[in-house]
Amino acid sequence: MNIPLNITKTIHDWLFSIMPEGVATVTEWVIVAAAYLALFAVVGLYLVLLERKVAAWFQLRLGPNRVGPWGIFQTMADALKLVSKELTSNTKIDKFLYNLAPYFVILSSLIAIGVFPFSRQFQALDINIGIFFLFAISSIGVIGILLAGWSSNNKFSMIGAMRSGLQTISYELSVGLSMLTMVLLTGSLQLSEIIEVQRTGGWLIIQGHIPAIIAFMIFMIAGTAETNRAPFDLVEAESELGAGFHTEYSGMKFAYFFLAEFINMFIIASIAVVLFFGGWLSPFGITDDITWFPESIWFVIKVLGIIFLMMWFRWTFPRLRVDQLLTLEWKYLLPINLVNLVLMAIIIWLNWTI
Amino acid sequence: MVEKEIVNKMKTEEYFVNMGPQHPAAHGVLRLLLTIDGEIIKNVDPDLGYIHRSIEKMCERDSYQQIVHLTDRMDYLSSHINNEAVCLAVEKGLDIEVSDRVKVIRTIISELTRLASHQLWWGVMGMDLGALTTYFYAFRDREYINDIFEETCGARLTMNYNIPGGLMYDIHPNFVNRVKEFLVHFKTKLPEYDRLLTGNVIFQKRTKGVGVLTKEDAISYGATGPVGRGSGFACDVRKKHPYSAYDRVEFKEALFTEGDSLARYKVRIMEMWESMSIIDQLIDNIPEGDIKTPTKAVIKLPKGEFYQRVEAARGELGVYINSTGTKNPYRVKFRSSGFSNLSVLNHITKGAKIADLVATMASFDFVIPDIDR
Repeated sequence: MNIPLNITKTIHDWLFSIMPEGVATVTEWVIVAAAYLALFAVVGLYLVLLERKVAAWFQLRLGPNRVGPWGIFQTMADALKLVSKELTSNTKIDKFLYNLAPYFVILSSLIAIGVFPFSRQFQALDINIGIFFLFAISSIGVIGILLAGWSSNNKFSMIGAMRSGLQTISYELSVGLSMLTMVLLTGSLQLSEIIEVQRTGGWLIIQGHIPAIIAFMIFMIAGTAETNRAPFDLVEAESELGAGFHTEYSGMKFAYFFLAEFINMFIIASIAVVLFFGGWLSPFGITDDITWFPESIWFVIKVLGIIFLMMWFRWTFPRLRVDQLLTLEWKYLLPINLVNLVLMAIIIWLNWTI
Repeated sequence: MVEKEIVNKMKTEEYFVNMGPQHPAAHGVLRLLLTIDGEIIKNVDPDLGYIHRSIEKMCERDSYQQIVHLTDRMDYLSSHINNEAVCLAVEKGLDIEVSDRVKVIRTIISELTRLASHQLWWGVMGMDLGALTTYFYAFRDREYINDIFEETCGARLTMNYNIPGGLMYDIHPNFVNRVKEFLVHFKTKLPEYDRLLTGNVIFQKRTKGVGVLTKEDAISYGATGPVGRGSGFACDVRKKHPYSAYDRVEFKEALFTEGDSLARYKVRIMEMWESMSIIDQLIDNIPEGDIKTPTKAVIKLPKGEFYQRVEAARGELGVYINSTGTKNPYRVKFRSSGFSNLSVLNHITKGAKIADLVATMASFDFVIPDIDR
């Protein structure tokens, strides 16, 4: 028995029984989209809470603990506050671009979640270029950041946006190449297939051993840079630029940028889980025989593990300087990545995978 | 060579950025007028006056006992040392000798103040470079010192513990034990600072070779304290012109010759170790004696000029008193370390990146009310 599947099936049958086919399909799309939006608003909010709690654990503090037990409603309250706040702005902004920018950022994050493989049944779209789609969509966000910095008519925002542009464009190469290394091993771009490959041969990080581990490390570094988080948070380096590209934003528009950062983190962590840690598969197949066990739990646990790692980075490392950031990418990560790709190809050719 | 040619051919427009008066890296109301070309700094022009309280002018109005309390508000992180400087200058003018007990207690508390100040600086240095966690670790340890101060004189930051002729009160009976407790605690925690920040590759990359100040420049600009000593300029007043009980303790002057931000960082870390060793030597044998040498209720300094220099946490603090023999000084001038150190900033950050400016400022450890009295 698979309860979630049954529920969705019941709703599906019910919708198609009361409506004409076309209308029912569209209704279903809307319901799925609304459910995803609601889910990710909650995911974003609770990642913020998790970050604050993790930060507190690292910093000898308690973290939020006033609103609800263990502070679990704190970020909800913050979100409510942000929604009800007035949207103020500069007088000399480029109005159209200024208002457009947050939507670019949040939409690029939200579109990407459509292909997330939570479990075999829980995936809205299983397109055959899933990993490519994720990669392509998640890099649209930088346009929003550039627009935000440019249209704010603020020099600090502008510096932040320019930094973001060069950072994201550089590190996309590394993210893409390390993903390509793993795709070489699986022979597929479809997310569900990448995961199913790992059911027999073990997780890809074990199957691909040395090159896979190198690819994972590069992916984590580049992925952290992609999401503009410390130690690569030059975009909003608060001790240098105040708040960087979103200095001039307030209320919900600011919240979009903020939420997008956390959803992007979720995206990067999910890609890492799919490519290296077997997606929804249980470790050593311990729950394979339990049919009712929701596999998405494993996916979420692994994603949270990766996210915790990224938070650990953030609260431990100092920030890089902009030229050091570029040196790291173009002089170290990219050449290593290219060599690693060739190494992976040789290993697959000689059939040395585990 | 090729790289240089390309840079010369590309002509980009310079622009002004107002860094401050409200900026997270300035730690106060310091306004820097930056001329920037992309990320590269062409000129740094500090603009002062946002927190000017005319302390020197106020001193001319006040009695000598009252002046002491004003100096708290200059470099508030070494408030005790500022108080001590004024008291020493006044005692010099009155030609009175304080008891050994006062000297030793003053020295211990001065060193505790220096430790607290350097701890705060360490936290803020990490924060400026993006490692926010350091701030909280530093505050955990600083709390011990502030608690000791609170127990001793009732205040945690602006202490007013010194008066011309001695101390306001005697030390609390718990003082010795609590200082010892703190030393035991901090000796295990200071290596933690190194593990968290000093050894970090990113930190080393951000500070090594950044904001290099040569020894000659340090001397000609009058940079003192950890800034001067990071450039190899031996300028420790405690060593060169000992006051209070510094002549009876053994300690090394922290000297590094590289002159970059990392050297200044290392100087302060080493000074923390030295401060602990100074306290170690004094805490067990605080001599008995009066805590106050009686002075007249209205202090009148004889006609003349009096100067006293002390080593505050950020460098040399000079107190100049010009007296005409009345109950108020005719002119008081403070030679604050922050002002001279700030004057170096433009010289050493030209051509650096914005992030380098922040790193350099963090290693200079500015306290703005000290620069702008």
